[in-house]
Amino acid sequence: MSRQLEFDIFRYNPQDKGSVPHMQTFVLDETENMTLFIALNRLREEQDPGLIFDFCCRAGICGACAMVVNGKPRLACQTKTVDLPEQITLLPLPVYQLIGDLSVDTGSWFREMYQTTESWVHTNKTFDPGAIEERMENEVAEQIYELERCIECGCCVAACGTARLRDDFLGAASLNRVARFVVDPRDQRTDRDYFEIIGNDEGIFGCMGLLGCEDVCPKSLPLQNQLGFLRRKMGITAIKEIFRK
Amino acid sequence: MQTYYSDLLVIGAGLAGERVAVEAAQEGFDVICLSIVPARRSHSSAAQGGMQAALGNCAKGEGDNVDVHFGDTVRGSDWGCDQEVARLFADAAPIEMRRLAHWGVPWNRVVPGKSFYFKGGEKFEKEEKEEKRGLITARSFGGTAKWRTCYTSDGTGHAVMCTMDNRCAELGINVFDRKEAISLIHDGDTCTGAVVRCLRTGELEVYLSKATSICTGGFGRIYKATTNAVICDGGGHILAHDTGVVPIGNPEAIQFHPTGIVPTDILVTEGCRGDGGTLLDVNEERFMNIYEPEKAELASRDVVARWMTHHMREGKGVKSAYGEHLWLDIRHLGDKHISTKLREVDEICHHFLNVDPRKQLIPVRPTQHYTMAGVRTNKDGAVYGLKGLFSAGEAACWDMHGFNRLGGNSLAETVVAGGIIGTKIVEFLKGYETDFKTSLVAEAVRKEQDRIEKLRSGANGKENVYKVREEMQDALMEGCFVFRNDAGLNKCIETLQGTLDKARKVSLVSDGLGANHELAAALKIEGQVKLGLCIAKAALERTESRGSHNREDYTARDDQKWLNRTLAYWRDGADMPELQYEEATPGYEIPPGDRGYGGGSIIEADKAEIEAKMFKK
Repeated sequence: MSRQLEFDIFRYNPQDKGSVPHMQTFVLDETENMTLFIALNRLREEQDPGLIFDFCCRAGICGACAMVVNGKPRLACQTKTVDLPEQITLLPLPVYQLIGDLSVDTGSWFREMYQTTESWVHTNKTFDPGAIEERMENEVAEQIYELERCIECGCCVAACGTARLRDDFLGAASLNRVARFVVDPRDQRTDRDYFEIIGNDEGIFGCMGLLGCEDVCPKSLPLQNQLGFLRRKMGITAIKEIFRK
Repeated sequence: MQTYYSDLLVIGAGLAGERVAVEAAQEGFDVICLSIVPARRSHSSAAQGGMQAALGNCAKGEGDNVDVHFGDTVRGSDWGCDQEVARLFADAAPIEMRRLAHWGVPWNRVVPGKSFYFKGGEKFEKEEKEEKRGLITARSFGGTAKWRTCYTSDGTGHAVMCTMDNRCAELGINVFDRKEAISLIHDGDTCTGAVVRCLRTGELEVYLSKATSICTGGFGRIYKATTNAVICDGGGHILAHDTGVVPIGNPEAIQFHPTGIVPTDILVTEGCRGDGGTLLDVNEERFMNIYEPEKAELASRDVVARWMTHHMREGKGVKSAYGEHLWLDIRHLGDKHISTKLREVDEICHHFLNVDPRKQLIPVRPTQHYTMAGVRTNKDGAVYGLKGLFSAGEAACWDMHGFNRLGGNSLAETVVAGGIIGTKIVEFLKGYETDFKTSLVAEAVRKEQDRIEKLRSGANGKENVYKVREEMQDALMEGCFVFRNDAGLNKCIETLQGTLDKARKVSLVSDGLGANHELAAALKIEGQVKLGLCIAKAALERTESRGSHNREDYTARDDQKWLNRTLAYWRDGADMPELQYEEATPGYEIPPGDRGYGGGSIIEADKAEIEAKMFKK
């Protein structure tokens, strides 16, 4: 115990005209069970109140605190310093717009994604408050939930080769989102409807299969399986489309 | 200055906020939601357990109905709740769960056939009926007569939050994230919107609205040890309380949980103790069996939290860099049980503590968990004191929880209350007209600009906001936590009055530009200390023990004197809150009686008086 940790942290505040992007070094004594949540808050409260970073639930549930820790996108709250060397480098996630220092704008990115993928159950049924609920097999409910576990931390997109090359790539989180509705029997959209959204290079055919997304997902979502599942489905839909013409 | 206009402004976009917004948007009203974080990161998403609603579909829920749910809720509240509100809630909950299913929530469903479940470490068998196949199922929670808690695996809050946010997207509701309301625009009678700080740019913005709803969750972060997300810091309560005309209802009603992990206060489930886990002290000796020979670790939340605190006061706590704690021991439950039935606990230990609970002890301490306290509203969700202002969810004291809320009732409240209050807001908005006075808006903005400028320039003094905050948190942990008594509360008030003085002299160390956190903290520190003083003062005055409010010097529940609700006002320029009282409920469906757990004696109310207030059926 009692190591001295050296944090090299990316600093830039776009709202400060005098600010220039640079790395700044902080030193902190390690305490027992220290996580990056504890360390960063201590740095802000004791050394530099201007330091910008995000935390919300601090329990690995909300996805607010994703950042690049020693080269790898991950959640800062569930990163223990004991698992890291004395030298710790913290950078903001790439791809997303920078708000300041380690904070990036995942909110705008994901809200745009909801609109693109029309992330809601499409149905023409209306709710009847007097009726009992429609039945669903528990297995199906669990299958939907497994895909809905995404916490929108943005790690998968930050670790994606295609997303780094092209701004318009939907990324694993979006494709996972579409898969969630494909398996939901309440959603009346057809494969052709989904093809309109993801049947292109910005969507399902843009993936280079580098597996970075799945490697860094803090929730261990089966992102590549979903991608494969959708790609087969969309491939078949594409062939059907050719024969329709 | 960017100005936005809407029919309804919802401050906070967790489950309660978005549910209110959906109701108004469905009726064609223009709605804007503001949120400090992207909506799906709201603290609602952290609720894992589930939502109580009397559907009665599962085997152990058979015979359940809204009356049983109502009764559990009233008993749970220790007769501190508004029974009209508890009735509205219990009746609407099943419909709301079905509505959520219609919108897309993947509720777990009934699977016919035999299966096993655990209770107190013992294995039991149950059989689900074929005719119920595929209906919404439920799990067991403490304090309820039936299995009533609807759930989606271990992520109910998250799944419902996703569905609600999807519904907002479908309806085209503007959910603006990284926006923090810092004051309400009002003339002392009517609320017409809010002044808001953009947490991307630091710019101030104005949001004008016919109706405004505060749905910002609890304020656990004014305590040092809390299970709450870092955003649950009382921002919404402060907005309302600062007007001087809005009271905080039952500020002394704060719930504590026995087992938050140290240092980060993440909750480990009561299931650990339910399944046979034990609590150990610094000598690695059990102690709950000494204090509660019959129930030991299985006593109710507040009882266990009290004895843990007592034991640490006796010098039996484990010292650490983060303060004292005790140990939770589940080693004897074995690998199989820990890997399956307590998987979440296993993961929390691994991710946040580097502890293997099969071989090592888990550091735990009692932790602030929930605020039954809140912005006082009537049964329609309308806030006392200001027309056009509403509140729902944990932020509100609507008051179905009274002095103790049941597990699974808080998450259910978010959507059920959101639906009910949303409907009432729609009724309010229909045909309602208001005036936006430019002078009022300009004055509100100028006041905030002035406040920010003074914090930046150090015109008020040189106090450090984080140090002041720490002093407040320590004072509340010391004098206003699980145990309360005359001497402790008086000392707490004395300390907090000094803290309030310092809070008024805070200035920034940093430049405060852009998404600056120090400025956000500084803008609310005075309001936070005031909330702390409301808790301490109300707790001092309430000379009884009811629900989570425990007085060592007044251990009985006193229905003769205290069958009422505290209303804490903070008048302009005052240094202490002004306390008023109102009856806990307009009438009784269930007359005051024994809660059935937690022990303690009762000083009974006058029977004839209660009889006269019984609701006639």
